[in-house]
Amino acid sequence: MDQFLANISLLFEFPIVNLKIVIDGVMIGALFALSAYGLALVWGVMNVKNLAQGDFVIAGGYVAWWLANQGVHPLLGVPAAFVVLWILGWVIYKLVITRVIERDLFTSLLATFGIAIIIAQVLNLLFGSDTQSIALKYDTLYFMDGFIDVPIAKLLGVLMAAALATGVILFMKWSRMGQAIRATAQDARAARVLGINTEKVYAFTFSLNSAICGAAGAIVVMVWVIQPFYGITHSIRAFVIVTAAGLGNLPGVIAAGLGIGALEQYGAHIFGIGYQQAVAVLLLLIVLLIRLVQQKRVRKSLQ
Amino acid sequence: MSKRFVFYGVLIAFILIAPFILPDFKTQLATLWLMIIVAITWDMTGGQMGYNSLGNIFFYGTGMYVAAIIAIAIAFDVGEYTNAFSDTIYKFTDTQYFLGAALGVLGAGVFCALCALIIGYITFGLRGPYFAIGTLGVAIAGGELVSNWDWVGGGQGISLPVYPYDLEGGKVFFYFLFAGTGVAAFVFAKWLYSTRFGAALNAIRDDEEKAEAMGLHTMRYKLIAWSLSAFFVGIAGGISAFQLIHFEPLETAYQTINLGIFMVVCVLLGGKGTLWGPVVGAIVFHLFKEVTWNYFLGWQWVALGTLIVVTVVYFRDGIMGWLVRVRPEWFGIRVESREREATS
Repeated sequence: MDQFLANISLLFEFPIVNLKIVIDGVMIGALFALSAYGLALVWGVMNVKNLAQGDFVIAGGYVAWWLANQGVHPLLGVPAAFVVLWILGWVIYKLVITRVIERDLFTSLLATFGIAIIIAQVLNLLFGSDTQSIALKYDTLYFMDGFIDVPIAKLLGVLMAAALATGVILFMKWSRMGQAIRATAQDARAARVLGINTEKVYAFTFSLNSAICGAAGAIVVMVWVIQPFYGITHSIRAFVIVTAAGLGNLPGVIAAGLGIGALEQYGAHIFGIGYQQAVAVLLLLIVLLIRLVQQKRVRKSLQ
Repeated sequence: MSKRFVFYGVLIAFILIAPFILPDFKTQLATLWLMIIVAITWDMTGGQMGYNSLGNIFFYGTGMYVAAIIAIAIAFDVGEYTNAFSDTIYKFTDTQYFLGAALGVLGAGVFCALCALIIGYITFGLRGPYFAIGTLGVAIAGGELVSNWDWVGGGQGISLPVYPYDLEGGKVFFYFLFAGTGVAAFVFAKWLYSTRFGAALNAIRDDEEKAEAMGLHTMRYKLIAWSLSAFFVGIAGGISAFQLIHFEPLETAYQTINLGIFMVVCVLLGGKGTLWGPVVGAIVFHLFKEVTWNYFLGWQWVALGTLIVVTVVYFRDGIMGWLVRVRPEWFGIRVESREREATS
């Protein structure tokens, strides 16, 4: 307990530490926001809650890591992971997801949990259970007398995440397929009546989600570490973000993603690194509780 | 009627003599009973009430810890005991062991029932998948917090004394503890589903808003049902604590992705919302698990994940649901078309 208090008082004594924590958190949070956006997409369009989200991220990370070990430039791992995970997502959609869309949400939750177990274990068998990362040979920028260090690799990761997010948003806004996806999200039946092949839209959406996650994972492996069983924590973070932001609220998802990243860094600073998972999960519970209280208020006003 | 009498008689006789005719499988059979207990109790809320909890494992882990702490507290100081080094020896007398086990297991059940009331009061406002994810969060958070709590041994876990008499006798002892709890849970569930309370649970599953409009205090029913199931899970956890001798928080006690998911898969495999489904599912699942764990080592989790996906996606009614569809007359359901076929 004294340790926690000492850590908190450190934050007040040296305000610069706060800035460092926030910058670190925001850089990680940008990646959380990417996978959360994919989750919100699938959730909103086909009402499937994908618990394998984090495992797509980790799988994408391993694709990039494997390519980097073969001598390919790490930055090329991002598009490669995008393509590989697109194919994986399409296969999973055709085998499993297409059969759970019309069913209750718990079914899709469990089915994707099964997929998550399979992916994590296959990765474990293929690559072993050590933590892996790619070290990029870039400099580190220093600000404020060296108090704040920003590795260029991380900066590059954030920029790539932003570019990917912008690309997806523009795609959703302007392309025919993006319009079809949004139409299906609004009303699948009406979309079908108007000649949109919703089955195709669903397959495309799920593959797109999986590809976004894969690209995010390829960035994660450059700026952080991956391990076959880290997927569940990424999934939980994605849920926290989407639950906090609400569906179809893109700025909300980005803001929540960055906020979660910063909060987690604060948690790691105050309670120690051993509590990092616990902080992610407790944030989920807190968000759910806040939502619950909000709903209670709505119900009261109805009575 | 007499047919049913014979069936249950044979079943009970088999339960009683099983550890003696299959002496090599005593621990296996005890684990099977554990699966049956958690599956039946999961179905009380999941199948009958429609609230799919992924966090029932929280009560298993909490039960383990409560039982261990009570048993230790009877004889020694808990903080010293859990943080002792190997050169200090703590010796339990027979009386201390059995008194500790009895009080610990009962205390675990009661404590978990109370926990369910408190957690349920918070989480039952969540509907559908939010409830599943919220309870999963409770279970994971519970494990993480306990593993950082030094008074109960932190990530090291707790070691309990060994069964004081001979080892084989101990295995039989734990088999009968689990079997007794399992039979009690089954009989209790059978009785519960035949009462008005069981009907209310089904009403909540079918349409909660309507049930509330009909004047049911749904919150009260949900809380009582969950705390009843938590009571049995807590007892099972307490017995496990003594059976396993040593346990640690993340992999043994709050084993979210092992037993926490297994119980759901058992129920879905056997058939949700039926009395026998969880039992049948637990037996089939346990066999599947042991076979894959023995012969496909390394790939066992892949096989398990595949089983989950296949069960959920392609085999949604489970074994019992499938049997009802194929052989409705076994369940006393009369099918007109079939009778017409028989007469013509």
